[in-house]
Amino acid sequence: MTHSSIENVSRRDLLKGVGVMGGFILAAGLPPIGRARADDAPKYGRDGMPHGSVNDPRVFISIANDGTVSIVCHRSDMGQGVRTGMPLIVADEMEADWARVKVVQALGDEVTYGNQDTDGSRSTRHFMLPMRQCGAAARMMLEGAAAKRWSVALTDVEAKNHEVVNKKTGAKLGYGELSAAAAGMAVPAVEALKLKDPAQFRYIGKEGTKIVDGFDITTGRARYGQDVFLPGMKFAVVARPPVLGGKLKSYDESTAMAVPGVEKLVRIPSPEIPSAFLPLGGIAVVASNTYAAIKGREALKVVWDDGPNATYESKAYRADLEATARKPGLVVRKAGDLDAAMAGAAKKVEAEYYIPHIAHATMEPPAATAVVKDGACEVWTSVQSPQAAHDLCAKALGLASEKVKVNVTLLGGGFGRKSKPDFAVEAAIVAKEMNGTPVKVVWTREDDIQHDFYHTVSLERLVGGLDASGKTVAWLHNSTAPTITSIFKPDPKHEAPFELGMGLIDNPFNVDNMRIENGEAPAHTRIGWYRSVSNISHAFAIQSFAGELAAAAGRDQKDYLLDLIGPPRLVEVSKAVDNFWDYGENVQVYPIDAGRLRKVVELAAEKSGWGRKLPPRHGLGIAAHRSFVTYVAAVVEAAVDEKGNLSIPRVDVAVDCGHFVNPDRIRSQIEGAVIMGIGLAMNTQITFKDGKVMQSNFDDYEVTRMPEMPGVTNVHITPANYALPPGGIGEPGVPPIAPALTNAIYAAIGKRIRTLPIGQQLAA
Amino acid sequence: MVALRVNGQEKNFDGDPSMPVLWYVRDILGMTGTKFGCGVAACGACTIHVDGEAVLACQTPVSAVSGKTITTIEGLDPNGNHPLQVAWRDLNVPQCGYCQAGQIMQAAALLKDKPHPTDADIDEAMYRNICRCGAYQRIRAAIHQAAKGA
Repeated sequence: MTHSSIENVSRRDLLKGVGVMGGFILAAGLPPIGRARADDAPKYGRDGMPHGSVNDPRVFISIANDGTVSIVCHRSDMGQGVRTGMPLIVADEMEADWARVKVVQALGDEVTYGNQDTDGSRSTRHFMLPMRQCGAAARMMLEGAAAKRWSVALTDVEAKNHEVVNKKTGAKLGYGELSAAAAGMAVPAVEALKLKDPAQFRYIGKEGTKIVDGFDITTGRARYGQDVFLPGMKFAVVARPPVLGGKLKSYDESTAMAVPGVEKLVRIPSPEIPSAFLPLGGIAVVASNTYAAIKGREALKVVWDDGPNATYESKAYRADLEATARKPGLVVRKAGDLDAAMAGAAKKVEAEYYIPHIAHATMEPPAATAVVKDGACEVWTSVQSPQAAHDLCAKALGLASEKVKVNVTLLGGGFGRKSKPDFAVEAAIVAKEMNGTPVKVVWTREDDIQHDFYHTVSLERLVGGLDASGKTVAWLHNSTAPTITSIFKPDPKHEAPFELGMGLIDNPFNVDNMRIENGEAPAHTRIGWYRSVSNISHAFAIQSFAGELAAAAGRDQKDYLLDLIGPPRLVEVSKAVDNFWDYGENVQVYPIDAGRLRKVVELAAEKSGWGRKLPPRHGLGIAAHRSFVTYVAAVVEAAVDEKGNLSIPRVDVAVDCGHFVNPDRIRSQIEGAVIMGIGLAMNTQITFKDGKVMQSNFDDYEVTRMPEMPGVTNVHITPANYALPPGGIGEPGVPPIAPALTNAIYAAIGKRIRTLPIGQQLAA
Repeated sequence: MVALRVNGQEKNFDGDPSMPVLWYVRDILGMTGTKFGCGVAACGACTIHVDGEAVLACQTPVSAVSGKTITTIEGLDPNGNHPLQVAWRDLNVPQCGYCQAGQIMQAAALLKDKPHPTDADIDEAMYRNICRCGAYQRIRAAIHQAAKGA
């Protein structure tokens, strides 16, 4: 099969500027009217990301003579379905028949493809439009080629389901037949693109799409980073310093080399701390198979110098966080006169919530394969950030960028772990010592649990003041947690705007007197993004506290939550705080819409049968949270038996993500977020002693298993609203689950959970 | 020397007999459908069949399968159309998909034992297989769907 790319003579730049666009749906992407369009104007959304976006059909689409349409997916698929979703957008706009589409995974190359950093629930939000533009341009080029062939006006032809129809004669030309001619057509300027009216969509927003990797996954053919298999390759595991900042003191090479199959030891330098995404250093044990490598590492007697973080101990650290959170912190948002309102309150409620470190524990532990040969390096790995992997491998090897190639495999889970490509850099460093032989660096589960970039640990202290009617008139929130920026710069002390903006300072509650503070917290381990990030802790605290306030006021949780949210309106957080992050978006385009939040609360309540009669020791809990510009509310039914055993008969989740590509993948993401939310509420936690992680595998790091799943999870998606811009879906399902569950436990048995995980706290 | 049969093919292995079957099929045979998830029999990603029984390959040394018949996900059905595989695709069960080979192998052994399992039967059999993406609801539904067709 020969693929002839769609080529053309016009300037690629014509199509690259995505700032100007037509059609009613696209107005959402425009900056507010009246703003000067200067280069130094703030950049939002995809334009604010490194390498922005590309909407050139020649980059993303090729058509074979047999009509097979190949569409490049430039984002990493970790289970969110982006390899189905992105090409589906293109296929719809270009009127391709989905059954004749082949998906091709892009190399890590952002200059060519635009931003590839697959995190922040951004793929659909940022690339719905550029992918539509790609598809529309290809469709118009195919139509142009057909009109030319028939010598008729453009208005006399129409692309429809993989062929172009001559409206006058009824003649048809297939996309395969038109491929070469279309390649010779000029790429339309972005202003000239005719995007479909959403009413004409065949795939976008529709049911019935099967994921593109379904066959390969169910037959074992799918290849993940762990599965790369090259002729003659070697396998390596790495002994890493167990404490952040630790360095190698000494080791006995002979014991490791004596293990049959072990062929070589390679030193990986330990970086200065903070070390960003660099490997932690240590010794790679290279062998003829993974088993021998693991045995070799066991035999390697290493002595480490643990360094200053060896004092990190989770219990003592929690006490420090509590002490800090009880003192005045840095004020990050305030409204009204908090102290006066609190002093005048008829009732005061105080609560402290603790959320521990969490490890990502993707089902596929990190892995990367590299070969360094003839002054070039090629890597195969499961990364969310192929460009970062590319750049860091080039730097580690001292190679020019064009000498490095990063192939992206399927990701066996990501959750933010694989946006840090330290494991790819390890593979490159080891491969450099292998004389051209490929080597795979395998992370064992122990490596993964003990050398992660952990979800932060936080103490959230809340104080609320109620007036005589039970209305909340004063709200004090101190959030104290080590920041992710600690992996990039020394001792930053405070959370960064992107963390504060994850559900803390963007609190939508309609409370006149509010003060939000952030305490200082040092980091003693690598802190990283974990699916929904700081929203986990902020939403757990805020939504639990909303439940506590409702109880103090003697009101129904759901009614009280709606009162806290207040009337439908745009919440003007950006006026109340400096550096309001809003997920990198323009707040004019993605405002905090209290009306949308109310609606998901009402939808979840209605669908769950809020207020229905329940058996004894059953309770309903509710929580709602906006994150990643998507609005989610969850109602959980919990049951706690006399012995304290918790079960979850039912979960209802309402989601408003504006408009979307594939409703099935929205449901699957929310179903999964419910499981993950239950897991972090019930069991998952990472603790430290002597600076080392105390957990090591799924026997002591307990994640949700099938018997703990809800009896049923129902996902209720608000219908696509094309007047709204698309939101995100990978992360926003997680934050409301834990507080909805603990609110439900309170409703069931009157016990308030303030420390996660629940663990044995319900045991009678 | 260990002689065994993998997906219908005779194999001889003269390496370290203590090597888990997991690494034998993945690193020696290059059959990577059987996944590495934990290495300590705690996640089920490496579930295979030994003489028709579901077994965790990460805790099964090659020496223990001498003369036995091993089936991996690649050999479950010649065309990838085992009723479970079909149901899995029909319900779009996988998210990342990494655990699904193990899930399907575990479920296949269950259906052989109990062609029409209850939810409780499914929980009991599938408890050891972790899906970190949380596709459990669809896994359960797909097992029921495959059982209906049986």
